[in-house]
Amino acid sequence: MSATQVARKKGTPALTARGRSGGAAFDDAVPSGRRMRARQHRRAQLTAWAFVAPVVVYLVVFYAYPLYRNLDLSFRDYTLRSFIDGTADFVWFDNYATVLGSATFAPALINTAVFTGVSILFQFSIGLALAVFFFRNFPLAATLRALFLVPWLLPLLVSASVWAWMLNSESGIINAAIEALGGPQVNWLTSPEWAMASVLIANIWIGIPFNLVILYSGLQGIPNDVYEAASLDGANGWQTFWRVTLPLLRPVSAITILLGLVYTLKVFDIIWIMTKGGPVNASTTLSIWSYRLGFGGQSPDLSPAAAVGNLLIILAFVFGLIYIRAQRRLVNS
Amino acid sequence: MTARRSWWKTLIGVALTGIMLFPLYWMINVSLTQPTDLRRDPPNLFPVNPTFDGYTTVISEQLPYLATSLLVGLGTVALTLVLSAPAAFALAKLRPVGGTAVNFLLLIAQMIPGIIMAMGFYLIFNSWGLLDSIPGLILADSTLAVPFGVLIFTAFMTGIPDELLSAAKIDGAGAWRSFRSIVLPISRNSVVTVSLFTFLWAWSDFLFASTLNRGGDLQPITIGIYKYIGNNTQDWNAIMATAVVASIPAAVLLVVAQRYVAAGVTAGAVKD
Repeated sequence: MSATQVARKKGTPALTARGRSGGAAFDDAVPSGRRMRARQHRRAQLTAWAFVAPVVVYLVVFYAYPLYRNLDLSFRDYTLRSFIDGTADFVWFDNYATVLGSATFAPALINTAVFTGVSILFQFSIGLALAVFFFRNFPLAATLRALFLVPWLLPLLVSASVWAWMLNSESGIINAAIEALGGPQVNWLTSPEWAMASVLIANIWIGIPFNLVILYSGLQGIPNDVYEAASLDGANGWQTFWRVTLPLLRPVSAITILLGLVYTLKVFDIIWIMTKGGPVNASTTLSIWSYRLGFGGQSPDLSPAAAVGNLLIILAFVFGLIYIRAQRRLVNS
Repeated sequence: MTARRSWWKTLIGVALTGIMLFPLYWMINVSLTQPTDLRRDPPNLFPVNPTFDGYTTVISEQLPYLATSLLVGLGTVALTLVLSAPAAFALAKLRPVGGTAVNFLLLIAQMIPGIIMAMGFYLIFNSWGLLDSIPGLILADSTLAVPFGVLIFTAFMTGIPDELLSAAKIDGAGAWRSFRSIVLPISRNSVVTVSLFTFLWAWSDFLFASTLNRGGDLQPITIGIYKYIGNNTQDWNAIMATAVVASIPAAVLLVVAQRYVAAGVTAGAVKD
């Protein structure tokens, strides 16, 4: 049996937790004296760190440093002049005060919450329904499931432009369908009432495949005899779903939802392409607001943009930490 | 009886897939529609009287953008593999002190919203002279993939039996030699998975391209489409034709490497 097969056999991917099968191939040589062992240990550590060092340097230069620059930026008054001579006045919390006092702040925060919450609610429930549906083996199930992945793999810019055209007021296919059924013309992207719904539809569509795949793998992890027991006890399909499948799927569900939160908070491309956050602020989220301040207009307002970005990052980290905790629990269970 | 029932399910499955993929069909349909028919109400459901003018426009106007995206994608893949595979090997097999902390940082790094990275990079690249350049985009895009790469590789390499590496050590192979000659060949599947996703992310990136490469001569295809949308909103068949062409890597990926795709999606989410 090849090593690949050995590795594959180690149960479901979700449960091959690191640390359980600890690997120490290079420091388990025959011990001969404590000092020699200590030296060997040091050498092994040096070797190990030689492999890890590039990524650590990379993390510092390309994650920590941009984050630091962003933080620094948010405490300064960065103007066009600053680009040339590199100086900017330190203004303490002025940018944060400007941002929090802005008329855009409340709508942006509410829109971020609505966009994230509604997206996840629909992505998750549709994804779960589809996962359960595809889990019952039928001819072509695997192929169709694979086709479902396509929307997730497309460049977001492509998906967003296709939806923008489909939702076009005069020439879009969606309005054509609504009008064919006797409904009114809806100004999806250009009216404040519908702009948020439009970007939500597109975003939910993009997120369904991801939820489907993860929840499907979660279903695979539920042992078959649980279902057999339920069926012996006379449970019907509906009862089995609510009393067996859903409770056993809880750890995977928690991770799917939290990961969805972290991803959805970041969404930028879809909204920017479809509505640019408008009309007025109807679909402006924190990401969009930050981008618009920094790069959207004629004169870049980088410092307030950085302040908005840092508010967003606090939200992302809160959910991120909950995610990491939930995942630890899944791995340890 | 059961056979008939499962065919019903197949039918429902096909219908659901059809609904899900309708926007893709629509993209292709519009890309083939005559510009004069674009504003028809109701629109044509099928490309009656199709035209390939949109695609001719793509070839005459978008080739430099496509080439740039290809270059950026390949560069990002190379950088990501070089950084993530050796680090993952050490994290999985060599037990570096502080390895847990590195893992944790990688997990956190994935959660930073792109707009924040973009602003930081904008300032840094401004002083390093990397704005509007391909190396700049490669560096920025690699941040989308390196943590994912390390996580995927670590998860796989942890499963490689220690005996294999001990045997190599007895034969006199150092850590680097073992990595090159044993671990890397065994991890071929992970290399494919990481490369595919990295390429796709770099190819699809719009945020970094639109902030860090706003005025360069060599811009990626996402900017090409974006400019189209901004400039001539009438010419939707050319826009959709470009969109179809920009979707080709995703389609190829799904056809050629379907099993790696599903593996990548789940592994990225569920593994630590």
